[in-house]
Amino acid sequence: MITVQHVSKHYGHHTALDDVTFHVKKGEILAFLGPNGAGKTTTMRILTCFMPQNEGMATVAGFDCLDQPMEVKRHLGYLPETPPLYPELTVDEYLTFVGRLKRLAPQHLASQKSRVIDQMGLGSVHHRVIGHLSRGYRQRVGLAQALIHDPPVLILDEPTVGLDPKQIIEMRGLIKGLAGSHTIILSTHVLPEAMATCDRVVIIHQGRIVAEDSPDRLSGQLRQSEKMSLTVKHPLPDWLERLRTLPGVLNVLPATHPHTCTIDCQPGQDLRETLSQFVVSQGYGLLELKPLSLSLEEIFLQLTRQEENVEMGEPNHFDSGGQSSRREQPPA
Amino acid sequence: MTPFQTILAKELRCFFISPVFYAVGAVFLFISGFIAHLMTVNAGQQAVRFLQIQNTYAQLNLNELIFRSLFYSLDFVLMFLLPILTMRLFAEERKLQTFELLLTSPVGINELISAKYISVLLIYLGLLSLTSLTPILLSLYSSFHWDPILTGYVALVLQGGFFLACGLLASATTENQVVAAFLSFGMILLIWLLGGLGSLLGDTTIGNVLSYLSFSEHYDRLVRGLLEAKDIVYYLSGIVLMLFIAHRIVDSHRWS
Repeated sequence: MITVQHVSKHYGHHTALDDVTFHVKKGEILAFLGPNGAGKTTTMRILTCFMPQNEGMATVAGFDCLDQPMEVKRHLGYLPETPPLYPELTVDEYLTFVGRLKRLAPQHLASQKSRVIDQMGLGSVHHRVIGHLSRGYRQRVGLAQALIHDPPVLILDEPTVGLDPKQIIEMRGLIKGLAGSHTIILSTHVLPEAMATCDRVVIIHQGRIVAEDSPDRLSGQLRQSEKMSLTVKHPLPDWLERLRTLPGVLNVLPATHPHTCTIDCQPGQDLRETLSQFVVSQGYGLLELKPLSLSLEEIFLQLTRQEENVEMGEPNHFDSGGQSSRREQPPA
Repeated sequence: MTPFQTILAKELRCFFISPVFYAVGAVFLFISGFIAHLMTVNAGQQAVRFLQIQNTYAQLNLNELIFRSLFYSLDFVLMFLLPILTMRLFAEERKLQTFELLLTSPVGINELISAKYISVLLIYLGLLSLTSLTPILLSLYSSFHWDPILTGYVALVLQGGFFLACGLLASATTENQVVAAFLSFGMILLIWLLGGLGSLLGDTTIGNVLSYLSFSEHYDRLVRGLLEAKDIVYYLSGIVLMLFIAHRIVDSHRWS
């Protein structure tokens, strides 16, 4: 549905995007993740034909963003970071204006308008002036604006920024509800958001894609070893040393709590059975044994840190994982 | 509705919501009425003086005494007021970030600029039509030639249209409305002063070119009742040029 191939964008001497390639399949939600200034908004602006790229090719719904901008614009809904609202118009007037602007047929305008008003829960405020609405409602009006012509592709730039926690959960619910029937790209610098809403995550840093995969597999790929957290009731003084002697255990580190430790196991081996049997046979009193996975925050930090190390010419042990994950991706 | 009509309707609606339009309209109508009043009283005094000296009713040329000075004064008023009407056209869209909505909708920049220009032109024509009360009222009590008044209104329409195009161009360059207003005011003043520089240089090639580039000699001819194609061509080409530059500026935002 969306393809971006070798796209680069320069602002003077500053390179905002450097050889970016990714694809989004129909009905998928893709999260665009990166720190502020990483190139998320630039990519979205290229896809929405707001600005042209310097190199490479971008297509939306089969239309080229440079050659057929009008077709691309008809097939996408865009919610910029600041919702583009006219504070002096009412919600009704505004949605009518946008609907006509998107060349919606007059006979469909009323029905589409009531559809998005229902979908976004704007029924109670549709006659009010936008300038008097709260931040959460404005964001919803912004999303309603992007949906009014029922576009197959939605591009949402930080849709939850500035909302309170309850509104964020509602907004995520709204976006998830749109998946399947719409292909969605959303950008965020909040990692749990990507985990909560998206099928796939593209991590972008300094204008380059550093990783692309599903949230689960990303954390799997970056794990150098399987880590387990073990909590027991009656630890003996030498319990850590004795655990270390077990086959497959690489290292045992005490955690902050004295009854808990973190065990590094050889990758690919599930030591849960061995460990639990050992702990029970020694009479430590098994309370908890769980595998630890990296959160997206840790992945993100690792990837960005590793990028900097590569640039400085001193690759560290994170490289193998990260680099291979980058090479594996492009599904052509 | 086509996107052109949609934007036009929305712009007109925003004018009628905004207090700026009412302020500009009130000031323009009050000042133009006040000037007309002053000119009429002045003409009346001259008639009385003439009566006292000559002891006969004077045949006063009202076209010269009232209307020509009224048209010249209105020119100045427009110079100050029209930039206030045009300043929000694009600056506000950029400030509100609705510019992104317009440019990511299936709407051409041509449609966008023409709709915005026509909207502000209609607003101006509406205000201008209200000033026609002065000649209509005066025609009830006196007689004068209508032709120079009609060419005077043609001059005001073209002059105002040119100022509005300058204002639209200025508004497209910035997201600050005050800067847009000052910029268009400066542009209009500069084009006006070119005429002064031209007449200073006298009948030389550069002098003539500069005089031609300024609107003052064209406006002058129309107000005096001379309807010539070259003046109309001057104004229309000036408007088209300003709108074309505005088009390039709006388009270039996408590249920066």
